[in-house]
This record gives sequence, C-alpha cells and structure tokens, in this order.
Amino acid sequence: MVLDSKTPEGPLKDKWTRHKNEIDLVNPANKRNIDVIVVGTGLAGASASASLAELGYNVKTFCFQDSPRRAHSIAAQGGINAAKNYQGDGDSTYRLFYDTVKGGDYRSRESNVYRLAEVSANIIDQCVAQGVPFARDYGGLLDNRSFGGVLVSRTFYAKGQTGQQLLLGAYSALSRQIAKGKVEMHNRHEMLDLVKVDGKARGIIARNLVTGEIQRHSAHAVVIASGGYGNVFFLSTNAMGSNVTAAWKAHKKGAHMANPCFTQIHPTCIPVSGGFQSKLTLMSESLRNDGRIWVPAKLADAKAIQAGTLQGRDIPEEDRDYYLERRYPAFGNLVPRDVASRAAKERCDEGFGVNKTGEAVYLDFKSAIARYGKEDAFVHGNKTPSAEEIQTLGKAVVASKYGNLFQMYEKITDENPYEMPMKIYPAVHYTMGGLWVDYNLMTDIPGCYAAGEANFSDHGANRLGASALMQGLADGYFVLPYTIGDYLSHEIRTGEIANDSPEFMQAEKEVKDKIDGFINAKGEKPVDHFHMRLGKIMWEKCGMARNAEDLQKAIDEIKALRIEFYANVRVPGLVNGVNQELEKAGRVADLMELGELMCKDALQRTESCGGHFREESVEIDGEQKGEAKRDDENFTFVSAWQWKGESGNQELVKEPLEFKDIAVKQRSYK
Amino acid sequence: MKLLLKIWRQDGPKEKGQMVDYNVDGIEGDMSFLEMMDILNSQLIEKGEEPINFDHDCREGICGSCSMFINGEAHGPGRNVTTCQLHMRSFKDGETIFIEPWRAKAFPVIKDLMVDRSAFDRIIQAGGYVSVNTSGNTQDANSIPIPKEDADLAFDAATCIGCGACVATCKNASAMLFTSAKVAQLSLLPQGQVEGKERVINMVNQMDLEGFGNCTNTGACEVECPKGISLDNIARMNREFLSATAKGKK
Repeated sequence: MVLDSKTPEGPLKDKWTRHKNEIDLVNPANKRNIDVIVVGTGLAGASASASLAELGYNVKTFCFQDSPRRAHSIAAQGGINAAKNYQGDGDSTYRLFYDTVKGGDYRSRESNVYRLAEVSANIIDQCVAQGVPFARDYGGLLDNRSFGGVLVSRTFYAKGQTGQQLLLGAYSALSRQIAKGKVEMHNRHEMLDLVKVDGKARGIIARNLVTGEIQRHSAHAVVIASGGYGNVFFLSTNAMGSNVTAAWKAHKKGAHMANPCFTQIHPTCIPVSGGFQSKLTLMSESLRNDGRIWVPAKLADAKAIQAGTLQGRDIPEEDRDYYLERRYPAFGNLVPRDVASRAAKERCDEGFGVNKTGEAVYLDFKSAIARYGKEDAFVHGNKTPSAEEIQTLGKAVVASKYGNLFQMYEKITDENPYEMPMKIYPAVHYTMGGLWVDYNLMTDIPGCYAAGEANFSDHGANRLGASALMQGLADGYFVLPYTIGDYLSHEIRTGEIANDSPEFMQAEKEVKDKIDGFINAKGEKPVDHFHMRLGKIMWEKCGMARNAEDLQKAIDEIKALRIEFYANVRVPGLVNGVNQELEKAGRVADLMELGELMCKDALQRTESCGGHFREESVEIDGEQKGEAKRDDENFTFVSAWQWKGESGNQELVKEPLEFKDIAVKQRSYK
Repeated sequence: MKLLLKIWRQDGPKEKGQMVDYNVDGIEGDMSFLEMMDILNSQLIEKGEEPINFDHDCREGICGSCSMFINGEAHGPGRNVTTCQLHMRSFKDGETIFIEPWRAKAFPVIKDLMVDRSAFDRIIQAGGYVSVNTSGNTQDANSIPIPKEDADLAFDAATCIGCGACVATCKNASAMLFTSAKVAQLSLLPQGQVEGKERVINMVNQMDLEGFGNCTNTGACEVECPKGISLDNIARMNREFLSATAKGKK
C-alpha cells in the first residue's frame, strides 16, 4: 500500500496557486444539491462549516457541547502567527515556513507547511473584518509579540484570550449561516461511527446526548474536525470532553492514523497538586517573553524548598540556575516547547524541583518587574526612582500585559505571582499526530476529510506556539473549501444519499450493541477509574521520555486494562436520555485503543525527534551533548498506521518526506 | 473537610424536581468545586446510584459550560470566577452547600443541574455577526486603524463567555448583559457599524421572543458576571436601540 500525498508539481511557492487554478469546481446550482457533514465546531470545524455554507453547500454540523461556541479552541491563550511582517523585522512567508518545518524537527510535509504560511496573512485580514478585537498599539494598528522557537514578532493576540476571540469570530460566521438555514446545527450530538458506502464516506451515526436517540445522517462528504487526543493521558490541558472518538471511528473504517506518538508536552502549566485533580491549566507561552525560568543551583537549597523551609524568592541571584539561558544562549527562555519541557524534566529528575513533589520549576518575573518599573519611571520623568516605586510601576506594567493569566494562577494555587515566582511544570497539551491526509486534506477514505488538530499535516514532531490557531483557521477558511470541490465535482450526479441502506443500518446496529454492552457490563468501577489508570501508564511510559522496554510494558498493560475495563466498568442509568457516564465510557474505550497504537508508534521510531524523545537516541559528545538525536537516514517519513481488524494489529505504511526547499539540519537553539 | 450538599435533582424538563442531601468527606482546599462534584459522583456510581448531571468542559473558566447556582449565587461566592475556578478553600469544614441549576423561563432544565441555553445561540444568530464572507478577499487588516481605547473596550465586551450567570442572577431573568456585550463589541468597531441598526433591533427582538425579562437596572448581573462585563454595555445598547428606532428601523 502506498499513500499518495497528491502534492502538486512545480516550484514550492507556486504549488497552491497552481493547484487552486487546476482543481475542479462545482457550479453554484449544483452545490445546492450537495450535503456535507462537519463534526466539531472548534476553529477548524466552525470556519469550515461557515465557509462551505457560504459557498452554497448544505452543511450539517455536529458538536457534543451545548453550543458550538464552547469548543476547546476557546481556551487557546497566547496568539496566532501570521507572516504579515508588520514589525519590519525580517519576517516573510518563507521564514514562517522555515521556522515551522525546523520547529517540527523536519517531520512535516513541506508543501502543506508552505501553504499554511502563505495563507496565514489572509487569516488576520479575515478576522479583523469579522470584528475580532486584536490588541492594538496607540496608533490604532495591530500589535505583535514573540513566541518560542522564532526570532521575529509575528504573533497577533487578544490579551490571553486569543483563542476565545478567534473562535467567537468563527462562531459568529457560523451563526450567520445557521440563521440563513444553510447550516443545520446539531448541538449536544456525538458522532459514534462513520458510514462508508461503496468505499466512500457517506455519513455518520450520531447519538443525541439529550434523548439518547441514535440517528443516521447521510451526506456526500464528511469533515472530521474533532480536535486532538491529549486526554489519553487523563491529565492534560484539554477540555474534559475532548476525545478521539470521531477520528478513531474513521481510522477503524480504513483511514490511516499518522504519527500518533507525536505529542506536545507544554512547558508552562500549573503543576499537579493532588490525586483528585481532573485537569491541568496552561500558563501561556507568552509569559516566556518576560518571565525567566530557573531552579536553585545548589541541591541543598532545592531540598529545603521541597521540605518547605525555604522560599524561592529568598535565594540570591548567584545561587540561581537559569538553565535555559545557560544551555541555549541564542534562544534562552524562548526555545521551542519540546526543548523547554525536556530541560525542566532533566533538572527535576536531578533533584532540583521546587515544590513538595519535586516536579516544578520557577517562572520568575522579578527581572521584568524591575526593568519595566525603571522604564516607566523614566518615561514619567522620575530619573531616580526608589526600589519601592520601581516595584509598584513594574507590577502595573506586568499586570497590563498578563493580568488575566496572573489572576488565573492565583485562583488555582492561592499564591500571588507578583510576589512569589510562579511554579510551573510541563503537561500534555497538543497532539501533532492525527488522521493522515493528502494535500487536499482528504484521508485515504474517499470523501472523508480531516481538519485542524484532528489531522497530522503541518506540525511535524513539534508544534510552535501560536501555530495551532493558524492551522485550524487556514484549514477551515482557506484550504478545505477549495480542495473539497475537487472531490465533490464528481458527485453532482449522485443525488441525495439514502440513510437507510444496509451499510447505514449495519453501522447503527453496531453502535447500539456497543452502547448496550456498556450498560449491561454492570461491573464495579466508574469509567474515570480506568481512564486515570490509562493516563498513568501513558504519562510514565509514553510521556516526555520513552524507551523500548517501557513502551513494550505499556502495550501489555493497556491490553490488560482494556480487558478489565469491558468486564468491570459500571455505567449506571439508561440508554435513553442524558447519560454522561455512557458518553465517557465510549470515549475512554477508544482512547485505550489509541494509547496502544501511540506506544506501538513510539516503539518503532527509535530516533528522537521533536516531542518524541527516545532515551536511547541522544548526542554523545560535541556541542550538542545530551540533546535529542534525530536519525534522518532511517526516519525521514510519516508513519501511517492502517487498522487491521483488531486493536494493536495495525500495519505501518511509510510516506517518505522530501525536503527540496529547505536544508535539513540539526535543530540547534544554542 | 466534611460537607453537607443539598443538590437539585430533576429527571427532565417536565418532571418535578427536589433538593436531595448528600454527604461528602475528605475534601481538600486545593480541589476545585467540580472536582468535589466528581468525587461525589464516583461515590454515587460505586453505590449504584445515578450520578448528578451537570455541564462542564474546559475547567479553566473560558468555555462557559459550567453553570451552578451555589448558596444563592451564580458560580458561588467568588468574584470574577466560574464554578470550575471556584476552589474548596472558599468553604469551611462542616458547611452546608446549596447547589441549584440556573433558573429562568428561557433556560429550561434538561436534567439535574443541566439547562438548555440555546436561546443565547439564537440571539447571536439574529445578528451577532458582521456580514462578511470568509472568502479571504478582505482588505489588509491594518488599512483601518482603530483607536486603542475603542479596541480595548470592544475586547472587554467580547470576553463574555455566554454562561448565563447574568440571566440566572437577574430577578427578571433578563439577558440584557449578554446581548448588550455583543452589540457593544460590534458597535465600537468600524467593521460592525455598517449594519449596526438592524443588528440591535433584531437581537433585542429575539431576546424578547425567547422569553427573557426586562432590565430594571439593578446591576446584580455585573456583580455576578465571571468576566466582569460592564453595565456600560447595556447603556450603549439602549442608546443604539433608541437611535435605530428613531431612524424608523423596526
């Protein structure tokens, strides 16, 4: 089996334009006769639904939340990248492309990333036209900030709520189409299977989460925009409901799952505080613009902090180890996420952690407060400010930049981050892997598309900050609405798709049987019990550092856990009506199968790259000693897994990656 | 700590509901309110009872799903927090906590603490957008400078998370704070001003149609709003509405 990426011919910078000129279009009268299902209403799903409806297709959109506005894109904090070069600091489409490919450790598809960089500027124009209130400077023009892994300021933002503002923009465009009757919106519905007829995706089976009714919905194409699967780790920055089910059902119907082991562990999250914890909270990467990351240089100090007899703020400057600035002088605190996370783990593993569990490092704003305080005093004519004045002024500046994040931190931890350095630790945040798609964002099931975090396409082995929002909106607003026409142009004579064909009836029956199975298991333990155990296996053996022995153990443990789950899970309540435990049971069942595949993928990739760090593959000497060691000769490919009837039996198909417009180099941030 | 919880249980929109007592033990101050509910639900499931249904998702105060009326206040005793951001350190050992759903005619109860807030979606569908297609052929983002002050005010209004605490708090179950936040955001920006008059009239009409009450300027909504959305937005919406109706739009 060979996967054809369908990348257009010609020079990199002309591929997208040329492709748009060459793909088939559907005339407006015919679009009215074509139905498209979109699953998910995050940035990718909402923007795709709105754009497809504007083009004239009949769109049916599904989300499990009570409103499309609640999808988890809403929680993205820091910003969105775009190669606008408004700052005149040397940014360009090529540089954004270069940074993204390099940041992804040369494991993404060149043509897709270039297209992403190319349409990025359009996104900002589009969002401003929709009334998205981005941050502006005093001249009334758009402001930018910097994110990790780059040397320019290209991130547009709306305080620490950029995701919210962008999603509400897409939600408003979607609402406009719902009002026009072009989008039929199904809130509180969950997709539970993909239906294939004659090899093509022709619809879905969905459960109405209020009545419990199982429904058959048909269409000419299905777009999966259901987000990522970080919740396989139980604790992550994902929303409680985020899940892999929609994508996983497509996988089990034949779509390849690509690079499932590429997981992003975000370096700046609030550390775990107890065993009851249900989720982790991110502190935006933008904090690394001004915050400095450190641990005590002396082990004795670290031990005293862990024992609660010493406070971080009392450690003098010379006894602090600003380890990122020390190890990576060129990028300092703004190294990419995978590098920053590993460095934090390295220090904590050596015993230098700064909370009672020893799993935390400091993110300190002391220098920033002093610097901003002096500047502000100077601007206001006070050339010799007192230390107190500097503190007051500096804190006010920091509050204006990061106020909502500081407030969020204080609410969760009960500590004032203006006075005490913040404590942070890496946490699971984003999954670069996902459904394999070609240049048109179509999976290898004809008519089944995947957009946003649900696909694998643009971020390689590590995603740069502020690039998820960019990709979600690029896919939904500017890529998919074009490329889907290429497929649908062959569907204009198909006519309405029947939803009572044997394929639909069979899929519906399987879904109902599965649900009955959960209700009838009548075991002893709630779903969360199994989810937590799955998360622990994944975090310990397939988390920030991985090795062959542990990965093999994890696979065995997950297999055993799955058997125990089906035998001993307890789902109270009824099939009909609201049943939140039943919803969770279905999701966790799929996460277990996915977890096994992630370990299998991590096991075959014996190199270290991006977020995937194999303890067996590190640089032994030279300037890069101790850093992750990539193996380009053997692993410059996308690992795409094909379902073979049973969990864990997937077969590996490789899509070789070619880099023609970028020199493949060691990723150095030193 | 040990707590006595008095929680509203209701099987469906048409069923009769009632307060039911539950005891929980071993609650720590660092737990969030919803984590405390998780613990209670785990215990109920292990005992073979049906867990308490409630809406929740992001658990970081931004999705607007969570919606509990705790001890007579929307989102409980904290200010500028949603239920998911409320921590148990705000309560004392031995305390009795009353937990109810949002109560409003326009928000019918689905089950237990879960209510139907789709009326909010329909208010936005009535006009809470700029009528621009997503074709990508818009002008450059910097071609219209917007004074920072206006952009900041628009942003503040736009941070509404649509949770419905304002409606639940208001003695008239009015949705003026929610509706005005969207009207104000778009009326402050040049992009939104073009269709401003139709927007305000259509959104206000939809709000009335959904069965929300009128505003009597009590200001309780602003106090309980987890995002601190200002009453000024209501004043701005009233101004927009008056000027639109005076110009003969209906």
